[in-house]
Amino acid sequence: MPKEVTDVICPFCGTLCDDLIVTVSDDNKTILGVKNACAIGAEKFNHQRLPGRVKRPRMRQADGTYKEITYDEAIDWTANMLVKSRKTLMYGWASTSCQAMSVGHDIAEKVGGIVDNCATVCHGSSLIAIEDVGVPSCTLGEVKNRADRVIFWGCNPAHAHPRHMSRYSIFPRGFFTVKGHKGRKIYTVDCRYTDTAKCSDEFIQVQQGYDYELLNAFRTAARGEVLPDTVGGVPKEKIYEIVEDLKTCRFGIIFFGMGLTHTMGRNHNIDIAINLTRDMNDYTKFAIMAMRGHWNVTGSGQVLGWQYGFPYAVDLSRRDQARHQTGETTSVDLLNRSEVEACFYIATDPGAHFPIDAMKSSAKKPTVTVDPHINCTTEISDIHIPVAMVGVEVGGCAYRMDNVPIETRKVVDPPEGMLTDEELLTKINHRVDELLAKGGA
Amino acid sequence: MSEYIIKNGHVFDPVQGIKGDKKDIFVKDNKIVDKVGSGAKVIDASGKTVMAGALEVHAHVAGPKVNAGRWYRPEDKHFDSHKTAGITRIEGGKSIPTVFKTGYEYARMGFTFAMEAAMPPLYARHVHEEIHDTPIIDEAALPVFGNNWFILEYLKNQEIENTAAYIAWVLNQTKGYGVKVVNPGGTEAWAWGLNCLSIHDPVPYFDITPAEIITGLMAANEYLGLPHSMHLHQNNLGNPGNYTTTLESLKLAEGVKAKNNFGREQVLHSTHLQFHSYKGTNWGDFESGAKEVMDYVNRQKNLTIDTGNVTLDETTTMTADGPFEHHLNSLNHLKWINVDVELETAAGVVPFIYDPDNAVFASQWAVGLELALYAKDPMRCFITTDHPNAGPFTRYPRVYAWLMSEKYRNERLNTFKKADKVISATTLANIDREITLYELAAMTRAGPAKCLGLSKDYGGLKPGMNADIAIYNINPDKFPSTGPEIEKAFAQVAYLFKDGKICVEEGKIVDMGKKHTFWVDAKVKENKQVMHDVREKFLRYYSVNENNYSVPESYAPHQHIISVDATQA
Repeated sequence: MPKEVTDVICPFCGTLCDDLIVTVSDDNKTILGVKNACAIGAEKFNHQRLPGRVKRPRMRQADGTYKEITYDEAIDWTANMLVKSRKTLMYGWASTSCQAMSVGHDIAEKVGGIVDNCATVCHGSSLIAIEDVGVPSCTLGEVKNRADRVIFWGCNPAHAHPRHMSRYSIFPRGFFTVKGHKGRKIYTVDCRYTDTAKCSDEFIQVQQGYDYELLNAFRTAARGEVLPDTVGGVPKEKIYEIVEDLKTCRFGIIFFGMGLTHTMGRNHNIDIAINLTRDMNDYTKFAIMAMRGHWNVTGSGQVLGWQYGFPYAVDLSRRDQARHQTGETTSVDLLNRSEVEACFYIATDPGAHFPIDAMKSSAKKPTVTVDPHINCTTEISDIHIPVAMVGVEVGGCAYRMDNVPIETRKVVDPPEGMLTDEELLTKINHRVDELLAKGGA
Repeated sequence: MSEYIIKNGHVFDPVQGIKGDKKDIFVKDNKIVDKVGSGAKVIDASGKTVMAGALEVHAHVAGPKVNAGRWYRPEDKHFDSHKTAGITRIEGGKSIPTVFKTGYEYARMGFTFAMEAAMPPLYARHVHEEIHDTPIIDEAALPVFGNNWFILEYLKNQEIENTAAYIAWVLNQTKGYGVKVVNPGGTEAWAWGLNCLSIHDPVPYFDITPAEIITGLMAANEYLGLPHSMHLHQNNLGNPGNYTTTLESLKLAEGVKAKNNFGREQVLHSTHLQFHSYKGTNWGDFESGAKEVMDYVNRQKNLTIDTGNVTLDETTTMTADGPFEHHLNSLNHLKWINVDVELETAAGVVPFIYDPDNAVFASQWAVGLELALYAKDPMRCFITTDHPNAGPFTRYPRVYAWLMSEKYRNERLNTFKKADKVISATTLANIDREITLYELAAMTRAGPAKCLGLSKDYGGLKPGMNADIAIYNINPDKFPSTGPEIEKAFAQVAYLFKDGKICVEEGKIVDMGKKHTFWVDAKVKENKQVMHDVREKFLRYYSVNENNYSVPESYAPHQHIISVDATQA
């Protein structure tokens, strides 16, 4: 009899929906169906049973083809690479568990690695802004229970976080928001008319690259100062009207995404959005939240935070000190300057997201990629080590975009003999210890 | 099996009334015993001070707001990031040290236990993940209840039994230790940008007052018979004139009797009292109210307090008192983090520089010391810095030195830029009391252990108790004559035994020990009403499912579970 596993946590995005129901075959080996998930989340589970999945480590040959090797061989090769390299980029971590990260950091400290996660090409600019001005925020349940004004600025949850709007931000009825959607006014600020804008009460089209100016105009209007006729393509009357509406709301929130973090101004855009939020707290209650995308990237920042005190780009290569400096210890910059001697990628696909020059630099270095699937990065690696899918074939802790941690569930067994991230890293760690005890590789 | 004799040390143990007599302490495995075999290893403690391992009663060392502080203050690592030779990991941060540094530094100072003072239940897994990664010291965490919707609704109808059943459920779900209350009602009001500054201000919508919340939670705590009492951060923190709010809050405990099997006598622990003992009407005419507050505390046997000593450092303030952090931010305009937590609480974080040149900060420094020096019963007054709010916990040696040496603290007092103003606004200059080693052992060991309901096994050196022992390079017969010498001696133990194992030797970490996570499992009669309410709130208002709310066993690998049976209550 197939059985249903309930309260399953989706391993796709930072929304971390925890109400999925997954139907599993009697022998615990195959996923038969997924309920409640969005299309992307469901696909994440369906991948588990796709034919052609790599089940053992593969090593690239001189002719470019791959040959299967044992886990032990892969572990030995990886440990030797890590010990030999004086500075290793250890990038990724966003699709694995916090428990696995912890083991990874232990290794990094011993071999002099630089631990970075995909915030480095995502919400890193938000983190820089938070380092400068802080952030007044809240949990997603607060939005559901209290928010009567919601602003989506430079983000498109309809596509990137498909259930965000129904679970937390637009539609749900909460304790003080019994009318649901009808009791909330939704604004979308974007340079194009997105599917999220379609769900909004008001769409404000900002001229591309003028987010900072428009946010600045909001702050100016809030202080009752004079504005030019239009700012970023938005008429001043509209700006005054919106600001007045926000000032008189009960609980407002700004959600922002890549439209702010990766357009002109970058961290300064976030900085001023946060400062607008601070200003609004003089009149009412206001919060702001980054739409963290890649599943457990928030968790990587948390573990790095409590172990070293920085949320990403943590350089342990001096072995006696943790350093963090954007532009210096960040992955893309390290690769562009060819500053690392080896690359260890885990649970994220830089090949699909880093600038081409960075990946060209990476391709020249000894590289190991740990990932359940074949992806752009595995194809430029010397070794690809497949592992169990976290949140599907093994549990582990993940952090939601509002930093709420949830212990994920295992729903099916991984393929026979396949290691989890944590098991694999623990074995690499032991091998590194052995090699270091012998005085290096 | 390992055995030790700690020979010829000057033993200070309020549990047995030993005041510096030369005595041998015997250790077998993880316990203190009457005697050991001839093969026992001898530790020469002659000319040294021997005390039980110290217990931290209130510090913010693990969890979401602590980590938010670490995240957004990279500059805090500029003060310190290093690795010592040996088995330790990289240590970083000053006011918000990393988990590794936190464990090592407490151990180096002779601590074996720390209480994380505010755990938002929804974030309990985060708190436990950090506790899990903090080496050596035992830890526990207090979930916050003072602004929780369940509590507000039950107490509005004076349903103590339901309140108690809900508390028991949360302790079990979050692996929590007791009942923490932060700015009762005020933090819920903050969700709308408001606050409750007096204990009679009604909480918006919920129509209950802070006084009713305090009274009700005290009753529920005693109904359950928990090892620790209600642990209160009062309303109106940090404002001139707030000592009246403090006294009013403390008076709510009059006539309430402790009911428990742990030897605990207090029904209310009032935390970081320094922030609550101010007279005056504004920062200009600000004065110390420590005398008035301590006169009351000294008379009321069912109260305990901790000080919250300002250490005059750059630090990072963090509290579940969300409206206060917003207010503080409007004073210093530094970066501000706020997190409102659905149905439960909130938190704020703001960096803060206690500049000794500022008369107010220097006066706050004096108020903290006055509290400890006015305390008549050291078993009811504990030294804290409300880490990191009034200063980092790593400053304990300096606070001890100020308390133990009148000369040292007067040097500080008289060299303040605005010394005249500080001296006239406070009474510290008139106090000649110097805390003795025996009193210090009560304030940092026996007292906190009793207050936390741990006095059976911790806080003393009696045979049968846990072998958590700190040995300091202090010869009481030749007590250090200068402040810096006292500081140095308390900063680095000669030895620290944790569970009978030597973890620190001459300030160097030599063993990671076996840390335990303490939590309280309170059993109550089956309560269908509360379980129904839990189900309903999760279905309708929480953003996580009920089945994903609890802290899994694996987060607390060495659990020390304290069971309480309230089914007959």
